Amino acid sequence: MATKPAGATAAEMELVAPAARLRRPGLRTVLWRFCRKKPLGAAGGVVMVVMVLTAVFANYLATHDPIATDAAHTLARSSAAHWLGSDHLGRDIYSRIVHGAWVSLIVGLGSTLLGSVLGGIIGLLSGYLGGKTDLVTQRIMDILQGLPLLVLALVMAAALGPSIQNVIIAISIPIIPRAARVIRSSVLTIREMQYVEAARGLGVGHLRIAFRHILPNTVGTFIVLTTAQLGSAILVEAALSFLGLGVPEPYPSWGRMLSVSAAEYAQKAPHLVLFPGFAISLAVFGSNLLGDALRDTLDPRLRGA
Amino acid sequence: MSVVIFVLLRLAPGNMVDILFSTGGYVSESDKQAIMKELGIDRPVWVQYLDWLRDLMTGNLGKSYRYDLPAWEIIKPLLPVTIELAVLSTIIAILLGVPTGVISAIRQDTALDYALRVFSLAGLSMPSFWLGMVIILMVVAWIGWIPPMTYVSPAENFKVHLVQFLLPALAVGYRSSALITRITRSALLEVMREDYIRTAWAKGQSGRIVIWRHALKNAMLPVITVIGIEFAFLIGGLVVTETVFNLPGVARLLVQAVLWRDYPVVQNLVMLIAVVVILSNLFVDMLYGWLDPRVRYGD
Repeated sequence: MATKPAGATAAEMELVAPAARLRRPGLRTVLWRFCRKKPLGAAGGVVMVVMVLTAVFANYLATHDPIATDAAHTLARSSAAHWLGSDHLGRDIYSRIVHGAWVSLIVGLGSTLLGSVLGGIIGLLSGYLGGKTDLVTQRIMDILQGLPLLVLALVMAAALGPSIQNVIIAISIPIIPRAARVIRSSVLTIREMQYVEAARGLGVGHLRIAFRHILPNTVGTFIVLTTAQLGSAILVEAALSFLGLGVPEPYPSWGRMLSVSAAEYAQKAPHLVLFPGFAISLAVFGSNLLGDALRDTLDPRLRGA
Repeated sequence: MSVVIFVLLRLAPGNMVDILFSTGGYVSESDKQAIMKELGIDRPVWVQYLDWLRDLMTGNLGKSYRYDLPAWEIIKPLLPVTIELAVLSTIIAILLGVPTGVISAIRQDTALDYALRVFSLAGLSMPSFWLGMVIILMVVAWIGWIPPMTYVSPAENFKVHLVQFLLPALAVGYRSSALITRITRSALLEVMREDYIRTAWAKGQSGRIVIWRHALKNAMLPVITVIGIEFAFLIGGLVVTETVFNLPGVARLLVQAVLWRDYPVVQNLVMLIAVVVILSNLFVDMLYGWLDPRVRYGD
């Protein structure tokens, strides 16, 4: 009777996840340990940081206007004026790649986050509520997952029409079932834990348990999931833009840089093909390295998933 | 029994496809009415769905919007190209992926292991259409021979045909091999820690026999799953690769049909892909029971 502190509300009495009570090592220690244990993952992290910086400071890093054409200098080789040469319209490849980083990052991150958040909520509710809701949701997810990522994104992109937002939505749709599946399996274990039972016993509502008590404990899984999907999202964006269904002009997109112009002029000017492809590969490689290392560190159960 | 439920549940994509194509009306407001009428999608979704199901049951797969031919008539002649490409890519992926995975596992944490892992991760990171372009460029630069950019049938010139297919298969196969390498490596590493492997070593059996006969046999289960999944999902990679190499396959048709807004063709193709995914999943499941007697399906 006397154990209840004066003025404590039911919410304050709720037990929080035990892990949150423990003191955690500082950010610098965590980063340092990560670099020592996972050098490849750290390298991937550096690539991603460089990409973010490039995207943010594209205006300062670029030497030319990425969409300015120059009829006098078309298909130029690498030179002091055009570091990586120019394309069939005389546009500077280097500046286009620098600005393209922004498009890749926005679309990649945007679609991954959108897909993972929607999928995460579906997975959370499906896993927590169980029963028929779970069964029906999982079958719908099965159906969505039965199609290759690119095929579904392709059809969605065509249906929605070309614009940056629509490309983000189109790529996020195939990510939803993958996210829902992973979050659900993680919720299924957490749901059975004693502290959840304790919260129930205290009369905490279902929604509150799901979002306040279970959701925070899926954060590790969530981070792993998003980094793992980021690489494929960037690849799908490149493929969509390559096929002419992705990010529309005038945004310089790495995928589109490889499409019409590059295919036609490849023999004469191989740099048109090589450099944007390197940019895509490096970005995806970086996020894959980082994703792998994070998965091993944060959620070993997902290994090989 | 479980297999039947599995197939029934997975067969449902038709529903989703219908939904996809009712949103297709957004594409262009002026065409919207015409398309809707043409496709009959001005009616309630469930009516369309039942209609579509009935058509499917009676073998009526819809008419192409563009060619005024039954959609299936357009798809059918293109199937062999895609099947040949998919099979070739899978063979390349297995030949490349399994040995690299095994070497990577037995030389765990050596420089060789790291190099092979980076090699396979690079495969996962490169867009296959770009890899295809680079392969063409390399062939041109080193051999000075330009691969034919129009389809050559095997009857016409078998050698050219084979080369024409091997190049894209290489581009797609490299990517799938990366997944196979990773799974082979992790599965083999897990199996190598088991007691019966230690017993085999203790019996004094040679390393080669222990690895290839004892360990790999049990490590193959997850590998086969991945091969099965990859085979179905190759279509995703082929979509762009067939476009790059200008091969008249089903995957390229999908892109064209999407660009032309030829919905009946797209719908049929999406269904076809879903069916292929289901069938290869089913095949892998059945293979499981045969490979591993511990796996049993409901009595």
